[in-house]
Amino acid sequence: MVELKTPRDTAAPAHGHAADDLVVVPVRHHGRWVAAAAAFTALAGLLGSLARNDNLRWDIVGEYLFADLVFDGLFTTLWLTAAAMVLGLALGTLIAVMRLSPSPVLHGLATLFVWIFRGTPLLVQIIFWGYAAALYKYVMIGIPFTDITFFRAETNSLLTPAVAALLALGLNEAAYASEIVRAGIQSVDTGQAEAAHSLGMRPALTMRRIVLPQAMRVIIPPMGNETINMLKMTALVSVISAHDLMSNIQDVYAQNYQVIPMLVVASLWYLALVTLLGIPQAWLERRYGRGTSRAQHVSPLRRLLGGVARTTRRGSRVMNKEAGR
Amino acid sequence: MSAPTEQAGSVPMVHAKGVRKHYGRLEVLRGIDLTVRRGSVCCLLGPSGSGKSTFLRCINHLERVDGGRLTVDGELVGYRRHGGKLHELREREVAERRRDIGMVFQRFNLFPHMTALENVIEAPVRVAGVARAHAREEARQLLERVGLADRAGHYPSQLSGGQQQRVAIARALAMKPKLMLFDEPTSALDPELVGDVLDVMRQLADDGMTMVVVTHEIGFAREVGDTAVFMDEGVIVEAGDPRQVLVDPEQERTRAFLSKVL
Repeated sequence: MVELKTPRDTAAPAHGHAADDLVVVPVRHHGRWVAAAAAFTALAGLLGSLARNDNLRWDIVGEYLFADLVFDGLFTTLWLTAAAMVLGLALGTLIAVMRLSPSPVLHGLATLFVWIFRGTPLLVQIIFWGYAAALYKYVMIGIPFTDITFFRAETNSLLTPAVAALLALGLNEAAYASEIVRAGIQSVDTGQAEAAHSLGMRPALTMRRIVLPQAMRVIIPPMGNETINMLKMTALVSVISAHDLMSNIQDVYAQNYQVIPMLVVASLWYLALVTLLGIPQAWLERRYGRGTSRAQHVSPLRRLLGGVARTTRRGSRVMNKEAGR
Repeated sequence: MSAPTEQAGSVPMVHAKGVRKHYGRLEVLRGIDLTVRRGSVCCLLGPSGSGKSTFLRCINHLERVDGGRLTVDGELVGYRRHGGKLHELREREVAERRRDIGMVFQRFNLFPHMTALENVIEAPVRVAGVARAHAREEARQLLERVGLADRAGHYPSQLSGGQQQRVAIARALAMKPKLMLFDEPTSALDPELVGDVLDVMRQLADDGMTMVVVTHEIGFAREVGDTAVFMDEGVIVEAGDPRQVLVDPEQERTRAFLSKVL
């Protein structure tokens, strides 16, 4: 077999190669350099014009970026995102299991739920929950068609804007999450449940210990997407003034008319939060990916450093790329 | 619970009388009569689609019996006799009875998110309520018994097919079953790995385990089996001493099958 080497290797023949080794000259991609230069120039021009544009008012951006009002909104946005995702995932898992149930009633109810909450716009649902007091003045829990009541309260006192926002986002998310969880459950080989049953495990235990942990591998990436979506969709609850980040930003620009600078403040924060969300997702994917790959896990940092180390040894770069994946 | 009238020693481990099973209009089992004695090894052979795997799966109620009577250790599979009627068992009761019946699958079905050791201790800890430390100790002994003591921390994906199947056998044995079912345990293995798995099964048979084995390994059936049962199209064509059935069968269909396999 002919041994392939790059010019740099032949300059330092540390490994004692045979004299008739052939030298490999990689293809030079001149077009790529031209395209990259053009793209950089365009980007620099755009950034430069933004930086010098007085209408953007960077001073306003700086003034509000760390304002208390913004932090209050951020806090609401964060807990609303977290709570809606927890509600969505918990209810969604229940609905997914119901949809896979052999009982036609449970299956039908779950299908109906998904049909309604996935079939109407989220904005409509948010406004609906915000104004639900117009439909029912009181909330009562009791036995239907009798006078027996266990609990009774005014709708307005229960459905504060924050609660309405949470309900709207959480129920809507449950509809989408249920389909993701269902796909995850169905991706697990039926032999897994059979093996668990043959060991005497009951259906609920089988689902919890065997099926769901394996389904997680399929569920996490789209749920990561859903979480990022949710973080941004919380901005919609500004229509019922739930005091999230976007509501508070709107309150400010309604007074000072600095719409664009305030939107820049909001965007910077949303970008920062979305970036941070990638960290737990990567951790979860690793945790539930246990046992699926033969290769030992390499942390992202190690991979980066490993990549740097590899590029310095160009001779073996191509082969390592294959092995390093 | 009604106590079996016969003495425990005389009750066959598996007793089938006219067992029927159909999927829609397709009859898969058309009246199976079979008795598996305690401590014996029964090998089921036959062409694919003959119903041998379905019958095996009926024994631990992974498939529901539609007709006839099937008992394991004197107890009806899937039903309870009460007041002259058969009542279908609840999931909890079905699960309880399955504890005593180990099963090994063609495609191993190890839990991929657990190491070999975790696979083995899962059911003892979660189902039988054995203390974790004790379960680990027993699991190590079982893994040693199947020759995989040094693979306890490996995930299934890091094991060869033969190793995975031996872990699967250890996992089934961890529940201390009185009956082991094998559903073509070597059919998904590379030829050179079949021997290790058969060795473990042979050892198990020598230790006195009652086994029902669906297999295409004629040699194994002849050497280890106490009974060989040849099935075709949902009925038992021929059954008896493997050295008779698999060497000099009486039925033409058995002969035709063996000539293709050997």
